[in-house]
Amino acid sequence: MDRLKVATVWLGGCSGCHMSFLDLDEFLIELAGKIDIVYSPIVDRKEYPEGVDLCLIEGAVCNEDNLEILRKIRARTKVLISFGDCAVTGNVPAIRNQLGADNATQVLQCAYIDNAQEHKCLPGREGIVPALLKRVRPVHEMVVVEHYLPGCPPPADRIRAVLTQVLEGLSPKLEGAQLKFG
Amino acid sequence: MSTAVDVKTLIIDGMDVSARQDQTVLDVARENNIFIPTLCHLEGVADIGACRLCLVEVKGTPKLLSACTTKVYEGMEVTTDSERLRKYRRMTLELLFAERNHVCAVCVANGHCELQTLAYGQGMDHVRYDYCFPKWGMDLTHPFMGMDHNRCILCTRCVRVCWYIEGAGTKNTSGRGGGSMIITDLNQPWGDSETCTSCGKCLMSCPTGALFKKGSTAGESDRDRSMLEFIVNAREKKQWTV
Repeated sequence: MDRLKVATVWLGGCSGCHMSFLDLDEFLIELAGKIDIVYSPIVDRKEYPEGVDLCLIEGAVCNEDNLEILRKIRARTKVLISFGDCAVTGNVPAIRNQLGADNATQVLQCAYIDNAQEHKCLPGREGIVPALLKRVRPVHEMVVVEHYLPGCPPPADRIRAVLTQVLEGLSPKLEGAQLKFG
Repeated sequence: MSTAVDVKTLIIDGMDVSARQDQTVLDVARENNIFIPTLCHLEGVADIGACRLCLVEVKGTPKLLSACTTKVYEGMEVTTDSERLRKYRRMTLELLFAERNHVCAVCVANGHCELQTLAYGQGMDHVRYDYCFPKWGMDLTHPFMGMDHNRCILCTRCVRVCWYIEGAGTKNTSGRGGGSMIITDLNQPWGDSETCTSCGKCLMSCPTGALFKKGSTAGESDRDRSMLEFIVNAREKKQWTV
């Protein structure tokens, strides 16, 4: 069997899900024998490749860059897994949605002007700093997602359970407390 | 003068069971260790069938009935678990999550929440409805208790314990539909309430993180319902010792 081409991506999240992935410890060595990580924050590749088998998506869809790469990922990947609560529910990044229609302006104002001690100015350079979306969205509200791996972050054994099933050629299924949010 | 107890026999999930005529389907199911999920049910206060999680199928009626408010009758045939029921229960849970802001990761009830536990128990891996992200506030005016409307599922357990166990009648509901909310007295800040006895029974009754003790962490927010059980036992069974 060809080695599985796996990608992981970090959208609007804290990277905690990726930390939990690294927490797989010695299973990572076993994994390295069976998969190729073709794109990830922990490998040096700039462009998301074609023909990826599986992508773990951490984070909510918060800005235009997130949305652009997510669409690219969907077009180039067979199976998407929403990885962690931000991807599955919007979680903490989506709290700004509660502020209403101009929430993006309000949070930028709060972070970069009202509470800044020096250099009070909004970050925003065309083509470099992506604009925030009007509303933070869970991944499955923007593209079709095949599977869900909840948790904040998902504990390593939960990630392992999903990856093991995928490697066995099964459609991954979590049950009971393995589906706990938070 | 004692009257003979009228006993009914019925079938729940293919099992023959007997019950007193004043019992509900939920009472009898629990007595026989048959699990029916509930959120608004609380021992000792009247059932209102609000959360719709305890829906069951009863042979002869096309409608789904709430087990907590449906009385038993002779020859009744009840199904508590089916594909159709699981579908509606999951739908109900997803709608509860979508309606307000339940952010488990930063909730004081994380790990002690009946909504969270039921969600994974019923296999909810994501919410298929668009989240509403409504703007709800908190009432932190009481000296040691807080109310977070973002986490409220409007089960009204707090209202019922306040009225029927404590007898204070401080907690009430206002509004309609998704705009309903739990209020204090005639919708005034909790801290200004003259009727609240600060007994804390509402805290004990809350299934989510909507009512909480100020300054307590998620690890400390385990709901201690022993006082509620003690009072209900004393009142209904005249048992005054624990």
